[in-house]
Amino acid sequence: MNSVVASAVPLFGLFTEPVSVAHYLVVGAILFVSGVACMALKRNALGVLMGIELVLNGANVNFVAFASPYLQGEGSRSLGLDGQVFALFVILLAAAEAAVALAITLNFYNNHATVDVDRADDLKG
Amino acid sequence: MDLASQLPQLLGLAWLLPLASFVLILFFGPRMGPHGRNAAWVATAAIVTSLVLSLVAFVSWLGVHPAVAAHHGGDHGAAHAAEEAGDHAGSHGDAAAHGEQHGEQHGGHAEQPPVAYSGDWYTLYEAGRLKLSIGWYIDSLTILMFVVVTFIATCIHVYASGYMHDELHEVTDHEVHLADGSHLHRPGRFPRFFQALSLFCFSMMGILIAGNLAMVFIFWELVGICSWFLIGFYYERKSASNAANKAFIVNRVGDFGMLIGLMALWGALGTLHFADAQVPGADGQVVSKPGLFSLVRPAEAGHALRVPDGMVKFAAAEKVAATAPGEVAGKVDVWRAEGFGNWLLFIAGVGIFCGCVGKSAQFPLFVWLPDAMEGPTPVSALVHSATMVAAGVYLVGRFFPVLTPDVLLVIAYTGAITLFIAATIALVANDIKRVLAYSTVSQLGYMMLALGVGGWVAGLFHLVTHAFFKSLLFLCSGSVIHACHTNDMRKMGGLAKVMPYTAGTMLVGCLAIIGAGIPFVIGLSGYYSKDSILAQALSFSQANPRHAILYWAVAGGAFLTAFYMFRLWFMTFSGTPRDHHVAEHAHESPQVMVMPLLVLAVLAVVAGWTLPGGFGIANLLEQSRPAGTAQTAQGGFAFGQTLTLPAEHLSHEGAIHVTATVTAFATALGGVLLAATMYLWRVISPAAIATIFRPVYTFLANRWYFDELYRAMFVRPAHGLAAVASGIDQGLIDPFINGLAWVTRQVAGIDAWIDRTLVDGLVNATASATWAAGLELKKLQTGSLRQYVMFIAAGTVALFVLASMLFRSSLAG
Repeated sequence: MNSVVASAVPLFGLFTEPVSVAHYLVVGAILFVSGVACMALKRNALGVLMGIELVLNGANVNFVAFASPYLQGEGSRSLGLDGQVFALFVILLAAAEAAVALAITLNFYNNHATVDVDRADDLKG
Repeated sequence: MDLASQLPQLLGLAWLLPLASFVLILFFGPRMGPHGRNAAWVATAAIVTSLVLSLVAFVSWLGVHPAVAAHHGGDHGAAHAAEEAGDHAGSHGDAAAHGEQHGEQHGGHAEQPPVAYSGDWYTLYEAGRLKLSIGWYIDSLTILMFVVVTFIATCIHVYASGYMHDELHEVTDHEVHLADGSHLHRPGRFPRFFQALSLFCFSMMGILIAGNLAMVFIFWELVGICSWFLIGFYYERKSASNAANKAFIVNRVGDFGMLIGLMALWGALGTLHFADAQVPGADGQVVSKPGLFSLVRPAEAGHALRVPDGMVKFAAAEKVAATAPGEVAGKVDVWRAEGFGNWLLFIAGVGIFCGCVGKSAQFPLFVWLPDAMEGPTPVSALVHSATMVAAGVYLVGRFFPVLTPDVLLVIAYTGAITLFIAATIALVANDIKRVLAYSTVSQLGYMMLALGVGGWVAGLFHLVTHAFFKSLLFLCSGSVIHACHTNDMRKMGGLAKVMPYTAGTMLVGCLAIIGAGIPFVIGLSGYYSKDSILAQALSFSQANPRHAILYWAVAGGAFLTAFYMFRLWFMTFSGTPRDHHVAEHAHESPQVMVMPLLVLAVLAVVAGWTLPGGFGIANLLEQSRPAGTAQTAQGGFAFGQTLTLPAEHLSHEGAIHVTATVTAFATALGGVLLAATMYLWRVISPAAIATIFRPVYTFLANRWYFDELYRAMFVRPAHGLAAVASGIDQGLIDPFINGLAWVTRQVAGIDAWIDRTLVDGLVNATASATWAAGLELKKLQTGSLRQYVMFIAAGTVALFVLASMLFRSSLAG
């Protein structure tokens, strides 16, 4: 039955296998897609910022997943912490980006008395 | 200090000071005090210093060469030569030895060359034989002329600083009418006047000191341009600018002849230096390069006039070419005897004289001088006494040794015609300055005639004395004009009462110019110089009976001179005022103008005197008498006859002197009496005479119709030629150019069409396509954040899909 379901549902195998890099990637992908959807669908600017956080963290999950020792080459001389370091940088940059974006949002609110991104079309060509 | 090195330094400095003044005023004139008032001081200081330096040079000269009566006579040759040779062993020992040696061969005809110092300061240009240099040739004539020029120029500078007073303020020129009927207002030009005056003095002294003809020519032209500046000083007046142009252009005519003379001399002789020059030879030794004087009057020929070898070879060029090079030297004497080169020397002399005809206002080029009266009166005085017109006579005197008897005859006749024509015109002129102008022309004719008949000392003596009394007369006339504000003598009269100094000094000037004096006892300066001219003319006409008319011209001229000068004086100063408006405003001139008059009046009296001990201008000039001209000479070829040039000292002796003096006295007295009869006592009415001799009067009053003649002969044809040239220009050249322009314009039109339609169209089409694309693409830029996110997401997915489809195989691998 497993084989039937496995052949009918894509990626069904993931449910039957032990947790591996692929599972992390799936989580990252879900996070990413949720973030993008959040950015695209939310009209509230703060919601959009949250979407951005999700996208960035989806990427972070990927970085960390790809840093798995199982994927390291045989003769690798690195510490194996590249992904984690990248993730730290991304977190750092996300914090900075959030600060800037919040400042922009606040400014926008001051000018338009709303945080609805659909009302923000000042950059319309 | 040695005279030979001292004189060039003194006179050179005296010469250059006015140039310094010119440059200073040129650059800083307007800043010299209010309205440039101090420019007068700068110029006057320069010329006064020049005068002092000239006087120092004069005294130094007299210290070494005291002017005493030269002893004439048969023993002039060897004995004198020996004596002189002792004095000047240093510079002239060699020449003296030559003279003595050859004197014996020529039977006592040898003479000493006059004492002269020469050299070069600076070489302008040297190529092959041609050497143009700034140098000096100084003899007693040079120094004397320096003193005269600087002295008169000093008087005129002082006088002008008063006379030109009006130029210190805004000037309203009442003789210039503007288009709107008002008079011209212009700023004063006080510094400019003194600037030009300084340059004029510098140029004149340059001619005096010049050591070669090229330098003479340079300064000759400078004098011409200065006269142009000064005559045209009131250049807004049409008459003044015309007069300036006329003076300049008429002088160019003469200068053209001078250029021919210069070319003849240089082409044939290869030098323009007057005196021998010491140049380094091929082997390092100093050799003497002969100058013009010793080429034409070589010492080995006893300083007798001889056509130089160079001219003989030049004239006989064909024979020289046909002769073996070694034999040419031997045949030169043969060719010379055949007459080769005579014409060349004649042309050289006449050519140089042509320049003098222009500068010294001789017939037929005298027409510029009366018009030159348009300049301010101090300029007239300077131009007519000491500088410009003197330059021509001076050059004839300086160049005298090179002039052949034929050239001298030309000069004499030119002088005679000039003096007669000018004197007759002066008889009827009513403008006080014009009378003086024509009298100047007439007196210059006297000088030329004197030089032409062999009276070297007489002519130059008259030049010096004339400089004094003519500048005096002009300054007096300036004083009168200053007082009356008119030049017309018919409006004057009775001015002696209000202007006693001017009247008195002018009377002295008139007496001097007519040669007044007590015969055989004493007289004014003109008495001596005019008598010596008359005597030399008489001597010449006795020696050449067929040229006796020259003597009658001189005697008749003396009569006319006396008449018109006293006509001027009587009309201006005696009787009662004819125009009360003029008489009311008349006043004596300020002291700064009267002082020069008094000084010049004194000199007009004493300039001709010979002091006890023999010092006098005539004796001083005698020192510089060109070698070979003291004795009676014969020569001439051009007019088919032999001329005799009598020695000048013969005219001082016996019957000739007595006859000349009596004639001069009688003619002058006759002239004065006639003038008095007509204008003082009014026994004869001038108007009645003018009516009786109406045609003659009209002829003279119209100045012999010379201006009309020249207008018909030269000005009209020149205008006609100009009209033809202008017609060609406007009828042929202009249409051609215009046609070319039209064709170019059409081609350009086509070009422009291509440019506008094709090139511009292409560029514009590109631009508008870009624009339209931009407009369309703009719509994508909605400004909606969520849409952008959708685009990014969809784009990313699309990229992945595209990549996975296109690179399926490689991805799969």
